[in-house]
Amino acid sequence: MSTAESGTDPDTTRRPASKSAAAIDRARAQGRAALIGYLPAGYPSVEDTIAAGIALAENGADLIEIGIPYSDPVMDGPAIQAATTEALAKGFHVRQVFDVVAGITSRTDAAVLVMTYWNPVMRMGVDEFSRRLAEAGGAGLITPDLIPDEASEWLAASDKYGLDRVFLVAPSSSPERMRRTVEASRGFVYAVSIMGVTGARTSVSAAAKDVVAAAHAAGAERVCVGLGVSNADHVREIAAYADGVIVGTALVAAIRDGGVDAVASLTKDLGTGLGKEEA
Amino acid sequence: MVRLMVDAPAAGSDENAVDAFLEGGQQSLRHAPGPYFGTYGGRWMPESLIAALDELEDTFEKAKADPAFTAQIAELNRNYSGRPSLLTEARRFAEHAGGVRIFLKREDLNHTGSHKINNVLGQALLAKRMGKTRIIAETGAGQHGVASATAAALMGLECVVYMGAEDCRRQALNVARMELLGATVIPVTNGSQTLKDAINEALRDWVANVGNTHYLLGTAAGAHPFPAMVRYFHEVIGEEARAQILDQTGRLPDAVCACIGGGSNAIGIFHGFLDDPAVKIYGFEAGGDGVETGRHAATITLGKPGVLHGARSYLMQDDDGQTIESHSISAGLDYPGVGPEHSHLADIGRVSYEPITDSEAMEAFRLLCRTEGIIPAIESAHALAGAIKVGQRLAAAGKTSGDASEKIVIVNLSGRGDKDVATAAEWFNLLDTDSPEAEIAKEGEQL
Repeated sequence: MSTAESGTDPDTTRRPASKSAAAIDRARAQGRAALIGYLPAGYPSVEDTIAAGIALAENGADLIEIGIPYSDPVMDGPAIQAATTEALAKGFHVRQVFDVVAGITSRTDAAVLVMTYWNPVMRMGVDEFSRRLAEAGGAGLITPDLIPDEASEWLAASDKYGLDRVFLVAPSSSPERMRRTVEASRGFVYAVSIMGVTGARTSVSAAAKDVVAAAHAAGAERVCVGLGVSNADHVREIAAYADGVIVGTALVAAIRDGGVDAVASLTKDLGTGLGKEEA
Repeated sequence: MVRLMVDAPAAGSDENAVDAFLEGGQQSLRHAPGPYFGTYGGRWMPESLIAALDELEDTFEKAKADPAFTAQIAELNRNYSGRPSLLTEARRFAEHAGGVRIFLKREDLNHTGSHKINNVLGQALLAKRMGKTRIIAETGAGQHGVASATAAALMGLECVVYMGAEDCRRQALNVARMELLGATVIPVTNGSQTLKDAINEALRDWVANVGNTHYLLGTAAGAHPFPAMVRYFHEVIGEEARAQILDQTGRLPDAVCACIGGGSNAIGIFHGFLDDPAVKIYGFEAGGDGVETGRHAATITLGKPGVLHGARSYLMQDDDGQTIESHSISAGLDYPGVGPEHSHLADIGRVSYEPITDSEAMEAFRLLCRTEGIIPAIESAHALAGAIKVGQRLAAAGKTSGDASEKIVIVNLSGRGDKDVATAAEWFNLLDTDSPEAEIAKEGEQL
């Protein structure tokens, strides 16, 4: 396993423990799944993203995922596209993501990951981006369009700066790819619940449970489910079998329609579904 | 390794670099299998689509080795598309290109009016081999969308075409053509509402429907195996041209010219000559209003390596890695990326890439109309404008004026210009200002 178990792994002194794994393990120790909330950086402003991130952490989110607005977000549905397009139109710059991360990590204990399409990282330089993310207190990266096969630079930089690398697995992943992706990941594995893009859906795909089981079988210690998770009922269903639940579009709609207060109350509500008692 | 820069035109150091490269005992450049072309190419794609790319690669490799498949392609090329396309000497046009001999590879004479048919027939056959019942495609001006709808109709597949809303409005007649052929056209209203956003939307559709759907990508770009596969279906252009020029003149050309958007027509004709060291190869990108204005689509000339739509390649991007919108009078070249094999051929100096402005392309467009009676696509007019420059350079390099007539240049005439008549009429002020046609042209309609 690539994740250092804090306190038991002799490697901990040389290799920093995974911040994401630690956050998921704290939730696990409380008998529940971890809650992971997504916010696009700079929407509706950089200050709002920091305030909303703090509200997420203070109302029960264990990990926070900050998305970098990108011109060509092929894995995102209309709601997140609209938000990130607006952030870019208002002049968001990639370097501001480090301000957002630092703004949240300096005020909360939540693990803060950055979700980004790969070209902005490549443009800044993988090493430089990683160094600045680590400096800001970031936990690592979620990379929706980077597969381990193309990730040699990122594997090296994430080792160098002690960052988590969260790759995605999907219902279509073969057992062989599942194994290789789990092996390359650190912190947790992101299980895509459905063949599709981000966005609210009325029910959780039946495929989600199978993907989580396959990732666990491939050796993953922590598997979190995202895509189409939008309310406490969905959270409850997924928390029964996954180590964490990722909510994105519903939070984007909350900040759009009700600002930081709406994010706080939605987070509280989502948190009611995290218990493992039904498992 | 010299990369062509705008302020250092191709004549000098770059040609030396090409010579040095070819004399260096390099391996064959033909049939490069992917996924990588030098440091370009690869699969920068969501994990959800990797299984589909694996299935496509596997199906393609098996099909290439299957005589029944290659026979099927050959039969369709001959009896449906009308191949081999002609190689026509353009004698009156050539008088304006330093007096060299110019030959046009007539992809404009194919069914549907461009080279696009070569690729769509091949990929539609692969879709059927994979048991897929639905194809999706992106289109800018509508040429690839029309070709895809054509192949789908021929083979009984459902077809959905994504097209920027702005392009749908400007290209209402091409939308109607696709609908006549039974396709559904979906206007894309997000992002910049152009070709790149149509590709984004097609990729989103593919992720959600990959079980029954093949994404019929229209150019030699994207994730592996698309660049190598699309090239394979267009290699026939270069193979025919090579045999035809040998047949008509008894020797290989001095230069081969093609226009570059994503680069599928170009890679197809280049392929026939990549391993002939004496043949200089030129790709002409869309220079738009001029590369110094920032309004252009000269991806290799001014872009920087990055990843977009699944491949690492030259890319028009800002300091943050955000894609920059491209501009060109030619919708078919109006794309901020380029196929990865072209990026590699640029870096190693085998192919010289240069920008051609809208004005230069339109002058060449008019010249071909008036000297040869052929109305070219505006895309292809970029290659014609480039050929004029190449011809003049070849003539200038000759010792006596008679030397020029010994030189031979092949231009890939990738498509016909019927679709561009209204744009051209407006450009040349041929319409009465109050005519209905002028109204249409103001809207950007291409007939």
